[in-house]
Amino acid sequence: MGIPAYWRTRTQRYALVGEVCHKCGAKIFPPRDVCPECTRPASDPFTFSGRGEVYSFSTIYQPPEGFEEFAPYTVALVKLEEGPLVTAQLTDVDPAEVHIGMPVEMVTRKLREEGEDGQIIYGYKFRPLLRNTLTPRPSGQAA
Amino acid sequence: MRDVSIIGFGQTPVGEHWELSLRHIAAQAVLAAMQDAGIDRADALYVGNMIASETSGQHHLGALVADFVGLRGIEAFRVEAACASGAAALRAGYLAVASGAADLVIVVGLEKMTDAIGNSITTALAEAADADYETPHGLSFVSINALLMRRYMYEFGVRHEDFAGFAITAHQNAVNNPYAMFRRPITKEEFVQARMIADPINLLDSSPVADGAAAVVLCPTDQARSFSEYPVHIRACEVGTDSLALHDRRDPLFLEAAYISVQKAYARAGVTPADIDLFELHDAFTIMAALSLEAAGFARRGEGVRLAMDGAIALNGRIPISTMGGLKGRGHPVGATGVYQVIEVAQQVTGRAGANQVPNARLGMAQNIGGSGATVITTILEA
Ligand SMILES: [Zn+2]
Repeated sequence: MGIPAYWRTRTQRYALVGEVCHKCGAKIFPPRDVCPECTRPASDPFTFSGRGEVYSFSTIYQPPEGFEEFAPYTVALVKLEEGPLVTAQLTDVDPAEVHIGMPVEMVTRKLREEGEDGQIIYGYKFRPLLRNTLTPRPSGQAA
Repeated sequence: MRDVSIIGFGQTPVGEHWELSLRHIAAQAVLAAMQDAGIDRADALYVGNMIASETSGQHHLGALVADFVGLRGIEAFRVEAACASGAAALRAGYLAVASGAADLVIVVGLEKMTDAIGNSITTALAEAADADYETPHGLSFVSINALLMRRYMYEFGVRHEDFAGFAITAHQNAVNNPYAMFRRPITKEEFVQARMIADPINLLDSSPVADGAAAVVLCPTDQARSFSEYPVHIRACEVGTDSLALHDRRDPLFLEAAYISVQKAYARAGVTPADIDLFELHDAFTIMAALSLEAAGFARRGEGVRLAMDGAIALNGRIPISTMGGLKGRGHPVGATGVYQVIEVAQQVTGRAGANQVPNARLGMAQNIGGSGATVITTILEA
């Protein structure tokens, strides 16, 4: 991911900011400015809670370039509590303990480093939901 | 629209061709197809290719290939739709002939994957996925299919070993295909114990990286007999699309684009799944074979894998698949695969499939899938 693309997607990657459709109410992530449910324009920001559950997962033993140092690592489709699926890595978890339906929450982590003098890319990963964070926190408000 | 037929084809053996460059492997297939059709000219040439710019540092393949096969000057360009690039090029050629814009068209699918170094091929293949929201998270293309397979196993109560029949059948059929990469059978034990790539997908769930080129020559059906003893009528060649990313799909386990392209193809050809005698599906991974059988109407949702367990996909089964080895056994030179599939169906429906001939094959279907199902092209052929 180049520097401009990194900059463009920063709010999504740091804070899970997507969109909400005021026509049909769909919560949209990643943002796309057109509602995938009703195809109307939808560009009002919506910040997701970051909580969800594992929909599917895979542990990668043969990684793409730039991810060699992390292998094996586990990626997942996470079903956010507001509805959409999101693709991300799981972190702070033993791959053997991951299961479909496992409650997870978003954290910000290093995704990769692009070479020795290159940028470090940060973004969302998901970790098992910690019990002491089960207290309600603001969610669903427009950013 | 005019009816369109295939009047010749040529293919290189799929494998590791260290001795051949991109342009030479393309030329081998095209020249063989031209010789088969008995032509020394064409109105247009369309090249299906996915990643030559990554593997060989070469774009601009239409003019390159046209020049190297002695057709300098004609209309020529490349068509790209990830792993469905080969069938996309066929669609371009089909439209050119059907519309009346061209009378003689060459379509070549082309990939030179072994020129890539190290993990760069893994990176290049991942370009079929969403570059903003899938690959930056470290997803390989294999792992995207693994996410589908894990969920499928969970929702339908299926075990990994239940998919073995897809790989075993493909390898068995590849034994008799001189153009196939892996001409040896595999056992269920080997399947279960193969090295893990992206859990639950292991090496024997996966089609291999390979070099290959395959070409067909098209002309209007009413002229086909003057070129060939074995013309093959393209009854349909139809495209459907979906989101690039799995996470953007309403139901990731239903290949909507495959469903759309198959329904369009059945409608154009005026046939139903019961009329199809064999199906060259896109078994890049065993899970894709299961999902493809379901989307095409050969199995209910969650039951595609059962066709691999009960022998329905064998050469003498209810719906034979991968009859010349499929992507798994023949090999999967990505941008070339769609054209290899069509040649194999052409061989079957003209009774020229040798030891792997499907009895009384009359109507055959090929399906080429780009990415994890974002572009799907279904072609129906009849002798
Ligand atoms: Zn909407």
